Amino acid sequence: MRETDLSRLEEGQQALVTEVREDGAMGRRLRDMGLVRGTPVRCLQVSPLGDPVAYLIRGAVVALRRADSRMIRVEPL
Amino acid sequence: MGLTRGSTGLAAVDNGLTIRRLGEGDRVFALAGNPNVGKSTVFNALTGMNQHTGNWPGKTVATAQGRCIRHGTGIILVDLPGTYSLLAHSAEEEAARDFLCFGGGDGAVVVCDATCLERNLNLVLQVLEITPRTVVCVNLLDEAARKGIHIDLEGLEKALGVPVVGTTARSGRGLEELLLRLGQLPRQRGQPLRVVYPRVIEDGVSLLLPALRPVAGEKLDCRWLALRLLEEDQSLDRSLAAFLGEDIRQREEVAEAITAARQLLAQQGWGRRELEEAMVAAIVATAESVASGTVYTSREDTGAADRRLDRIFASRRAGIPVMLLLLLGVFWLTIVGANYPSQLLSTGLFWLGDRIGETLAAWGCPPWLLGLLIDGAYRVLAWVVAVMLPPMAIFFPLFTLLEDLGYLPRVAFNLDRCFQRARACGKQSLTMCMGFGCNAAGIVGCRIIDSPRERLIAILTNSFVPCNGRFPTLILLITIFFTGTGEGFRASLLSALGLTGVILLGVGATLLASRLLSATVLRGVPSAFALELPPYRRPQVGQVLVRSVLDRTLFVLGRAAAVAAPAGLVIWAMANITVGEVTLLRYCAGMLDPLARLLGMDGVILLAFILGFPANEIVIPIIVMTYLSAGTLLELDSTAQLHALLVQNGWTWATAGSVILFSLMHWPCSTTCLTIYRETKSLRWTALSVLLPTGAGMLLCILFTALVRALGLA
Repeated sequence: MRETDLSRLEEGQQALVTEVREDGAMGRRLRDMGLVRGTPVRCLQVSPLGDPVAYLIRGAVVALRRADSRMIRVEPL
Repeated sequence: MGLTRGSTGLAAVDNGLTIRRLGEGDRVFALAGNPNVGKSTVFNALTGMNQHTGNWPGKTVATAQGRCIRHGTGIILVDLPGTYSLLAHSAEEEAARDFLCFGGGDGAVVVCDATCLERNLNLVLQVLEITPRTVVCVNLLDEAARKGIHIDLEGLEKALGVPVVGTTARSGRGLEELLLRLGQLPRQRGQPLRVVYPRVIEDGVSLLLPALRPVAGEKLDCRWLALRLLEEDQSLDRSLAAFLGEDIRQREEVAEAITAARQLLAQQGWGRRELEEAMVAAIVATAESVASGTVYTSREDTGAADRRLDRIFASRRAGIPVMLLLLLGVFWLTIVGANYPSQLLSTGLFWLGDRIGETLAAWGCPPWLLGLLIDGAYRVLAWVVAVMLPPMAIFFPLFTLLEDLGYLPRVAFNLDRCFQRARACGKQSLTMCMGFGCNAAGIVGCRIIDSPRERLIAILTNSFVPCNGRFPTLILLITIFFTGTGEGFRASLLSALGLTGVILLGVGATLLASRLLSATVLRGVPSAFALELPPYRRPQVGQVLVRSVLDRTLFVLGRAAAVAAPAGLVIWAMANITVGEVTLLRYCAGMLDPLARLLGMDGVILLAFILGFPANEIVIPIIVMTYLSAGTLLELDSTAQLHALLVQNGWTWATAGSVILFSLMHWPCSTTCLTIYRETKSLRWTALSVLLPTGAGMLLCILFTALVRALGLA
């Protein structure tokens, strides 16, 4: 499947991270949480008001705002 | 164990950390770990202390220390704020790193969450780079077992090369062994597992090591230092220079080595971002390989149960309705639960007051002293205890149960969009929720917000949600003026609905004020943030109920004695000292009266709000006391009589409405103001935090009153 960004995943869809384009503190924080190239992520659920979205990253559930998840390139599985 | 006396009120004010060794042989260990892995629970279990614990990441915002004695040795534990890594960025991560590196401790305990060990190992590996004297504590084994996760602790110990202890801190399992292994730490030999970085980084490190060893070799791990220097970690500069007594990068040989290493990296096309990414990737890969050999799962999706709960608490359809229902339910239980103890207490306390008065009179106590003590101090005190305490002591544990369960991060998840619109941080929901317990605690909690701009917004708007001390006032007024004091389900449900409405108004005002600040003095766009939704945990119901009720009761009683009784004395004195023709009380109330009328209240009410500055729960008791001192009604042991008293003094439903609005929005209490000053270190922001809610409250009251008058409704 074609590469896309994390914000475009549907609930339940899985993907592999190809690039974290976020720089600065946020980029570091995402990397600290183990989000690096090759990390599998799963889109769990969208919040009631549509944003943020919860993802399963290395066994932990992390909610990201769409503005941020747009910066993470993934390859859907 | 929810908010405790140690995390609310004046105790919430952080006074910094200095290690207090009680004995010569005391050993100091840092307690590190990812957020929300049960560090504070381990800390409390070992030290017998009462650090606030709750199921949300970032709850420990200040470092705490405690001491215990095992096998004749004093052990001092320092509970560090939770961090995902030590490549520090936020203030608390820096604090944790600095303590581990430069704190002069004898070693560290890294507490890990057994349910997601792999990610926790990232931090373990980073701590091992700093100090090999580390014990790894794999906590939450019970939860892991429930989720079908098994961890080979012996295998993990072999792989990491440092002691590994499995614990279930909530039940105390494994803690003795943890202490035992801690005691053996100073004699710990052997080489812990090292992360191997890509070749070019290792080459750079090799270039730096010979220059670093002579200057820092005795005090720090040189490999770790070399990596940080390569990374140009500026957050480290100041603490490093302070620790070593000099800026080592100024030394010729070090500066040369750094330049050489950087050149090497640059030649291979490595910029700072590539370097950072490669370092993290190497750590993550090492953690992955350790975990894959030691963690076994017997189920496909270990978080299935959490996922099911999230479909109730945080899903698109159910998330918000369930949140409102929970809020309503908590308020309803508070109102219904407080009813009976409240009646019992007021009957009992007023009876006791009369007996004490009679006894004192029989002993020949002069009438003015009797008035001062009984009609003044005792009555206000009795009022606080009878009317204000029960709802406070009931709401608090209920709130704590939700916190323990892990519900608060879901609130943040559900409401984040609103905070995004207000250009604020999504974690502000968490600090707002803490504000329900105690605004001062909420304001300290604002440290979990990294962006200084967003943190200030959260601090300045925190008092827009009513704290525990303001709930009883709201409940009382809603009940007696709007929903009726009648017994039964209908009346209590209506009161709960009314209270929910008031709370939502407070939340709305928080958002509006945040947006206003974002557009004016605190301009900016929301910064990126990642919100962790931790696994749900079964709350320790019994323990929470007992300790939280007791704790809250003691706290309110203490404050009542310290604040309510003296306030009663002052009021009684003011009501009995005359200036010219009128009493001092009437004089002051009269001065405030014109302004108060504009707000739809009277001078007495406004005076009570002013005197209630040290504690919000004394506002209503002061009002009652003042009316009583001027009127003829002397007995007051039911809400119906209270209604009569207030009406006698000119109250209508519109007055009650204004008082509710003003109670929701006026100046923060004295402790909160002090906390804001400590947290912002600025009189300007503290002043704004007073002016903002006060201005909003006054505006709202004026509009409300004008509207009511224009429409001729009251």
